[in-house]
Amino acid sequence: MATGQSRVARLVLPVDGRDHVRGPADALATLVEYGDYECPYCGLAHPIVKEVQRRLGGRLRFAFRHFPLAEIHPYALPAAEAAEAAGAQGRFWEMHDLLYQNQRALDHANLVRYAGVLGLDLTRFVSELADHTWEARVRDDFMSGVRSGVNGTPTFFVNGVRHDGPWDADTLSAALVAPAGVHV
Amino acid sequence: MAETGILKPGTPAPAFTLHTTPDQTVSLSDFRGQPVILAFYPADWSPVCGDQMTLYNEVLPEFRKHHAALVGISVDGVWCHGAFAASRRLHFPLLADFEPKGAVARTYGAYRAKEGVTERALFVIDGEGIIRWSYLSPIGVNPGADGILEALESLAPAPSLASTQRRA
Repeated sequence: MATGQSRVARLVLPVDGRDHVRGPADALATLVEYGDYECPYCGLAHPIVKEVQRRLGGRLRFAFRHFPLAEIHPYALPAAEAAEAAGAQGRFWEMHDLLYQNQRALDHANLVRYAGVLGLDLTRFVSELADHTWEARVRDDFMSGVRSGVNGTPTFFVNGVRHDGPWDADTLSAALVAPAGVHV
Repeated sequence: MAETGILKPGTPAPAFTLHTTPDQTVSLSDFRGQPVILAFYPADWSPVCGDQMTLYNEVLPEFRKHHAALVGISVDGVWCHGAFAASRRLHFPLLADFEPKGAVARTYGAYRAKEGVTERALFVIDGEGIIRWSYLSPIGVNPGADGILEALESLAPAPSLASTQRRA
């Protein structure tokens, strides 16, 4: 019986200045997540990523990129645009956390409400959503993911290589620091 | 037992006609003149939201930039396909390799007789009906769409044109 070819999927777009990044640029390890704000599995991953960040501290750089599965998740694309609109006002990660903490309330009124909670310039936020100012940016993230072999949400890249298999905090932490021989 | 595998690039794609709904069929010959992507997958209703057909549905506009058609093929029946396609809002046909079960998958070397399901196998066929790229994924691993896009890009320019334009 044929068993299939192994094909290593690699991140084609390295983490750079266009990314939303937490952690130092010279960190030992880099974790990239392609995620969708309406995807329940991404919702499960959100606290796990936070736990991995807590464990690795300054040894980890984490970047989040958008991969909205818009046909099955009608709120995913507007939510991603809202995160970018918040990012344009310097509050990407705060919005990112609010969206994942409120996955069942991602309609327009709630997006605007979260922007209010964060103290954003609401006129600018609402007009950027209406104009889809950030849709192309989200689409660029999506296509960089497709090109890198993203095959669902969430998909993680550990030091530039797609991480297949379990993504609990122990597994992810170990995979991230394994090349450096560090135990966590 | 002879080592078998999926059909390799350069092989003429075996013809088929399969039902996509109870009263509609799709034939490989329908796509003559344009690239076609055959995505064999084990079963409808994969329990993850990022399943392979959902992903390809999102990437469909990119495939269409290459004028490529996409069809999904499994041994599920037409009613099952219909419910699955509606649930996932799929904008491409799912073909039922249902009776005789897996007959088309077998001709592509993409049938798992022990489990009775199709492999997770991809084929990119050119407008002349020749397989130009094929890929057999481990059955548990969604292969993504990057390999398909690379294969479609390598189709251009058309082979007949490329062969007449010798590079110096």
